[in-house]
Amino acid sequence: MPENNDKLVIAGREFDSRLMVGTGKYADFPQMVAAIEASGARIITVAVRRVNISDRNKESLLDHIDLKQYTLLPNTAGCYTADDAIRTCRLAREAGLSDFVKLEVLGDERTLFPDNQELLKAAAVLVKEGFTVLPYTSDDPIVCRRLEDLGCAAVMPLGAPIGSGLGIRNPYNLRIILDTVKIPVIVDAGVGTASDAAIAMELGCHGVLMNTGIAGAKDPVGMALAMNLAVRAGRLAYLSGRIPMKLHASASSPLAGLIA
Amino acid sequence: MNGETVSIAALSVQDYLLSLGIDPRRVAVELNREILPKGAYPGTSLKDGDSIEIVHFVGGG
Repeated sequence: MPENNDKLVIAGREFDSRLMVGTGKYADFPQMVAAIEASGARIITVAVRRVNISDRNKESLLDHIDLKQYTLLPNTAGCYTADDAIRTCRLAREAGLSDFVKLEVLGDERTLFPDNQELLKAAAVLVKEGFTVLPYTSDDPIVCRRLEDLGCAAVMPLGAPIGSGLGIRNPYNLRIILDTVKIPVIVDAGVGTASDAAIAMELGCHGVLMNTGIAGAKDPVGMALAMNLAVRAGRLAYLSGRIPMKLHASASSPLAGLIA
Repeated sequence: MNGETVSIAALSVQDYLLSLGIDPRRVAVELNREILPKGAYPGTSLKDGDSIEIVHFVGGG
């Protein structure tokens, strides 16, 4: 099957799944673990936060994640300046096991759109410090090209606002981005259901990252499996080359040999 | 410590983490805004006026 040898490659590392999933918003850890397993994801995002000293009985996220199986992708969620994002990445590298970071620098609380000026500033510093930087960005081909020029390992344009579930709102921009950069293009944010993920993959995107679309579903484990299948189906459809769209019909059965 | 003022007996960072029930392997520490490498926890003493941040991974997207 063509799927068997199709790996996602980021900064020279190969991954068996093109779906990346978050670890936030789950009812409890067992549900999160079951959803991650059903998703088939190999890269999972985590956030970096202060240890809560007054409540030390809480279980730790890492108690539930097999670090031999998964690559952690710490994010800089909640950072609004390059300095805060850089500081968070340095802490993440010290707390974790790898140089991978999902860099996000937000512009405002209402839209959670990226502040691309701060994003570019942070990306430049982090690449120099040896991080493997995967930036969450606007679906802007010029910004994506700048991020590639700075040495980012991938670009992660949004499909729609974070947590909105609005799906792939501008497939044309994603296509232009795919034409513009050589590094992997991973749709991050906005995916609400399986068809959204499939559409991203059919466009030729190299992967999809989601959290709320799975964790917020009525049955997160069921939705995780749906997303797993959708990303694989969309990728296979892309690799297999869809038929061109035509306005008029063309019969599937031969005309020769008709009885009347 | 993590934005709050605490008073502690003079301790190393390692001892301080352990006294709080924190597994040093699971956190990152910033001392006066500089990352403190894990290997330096036992040999670094906390002094009056030090600012320390202790972070770990939590669920996120």
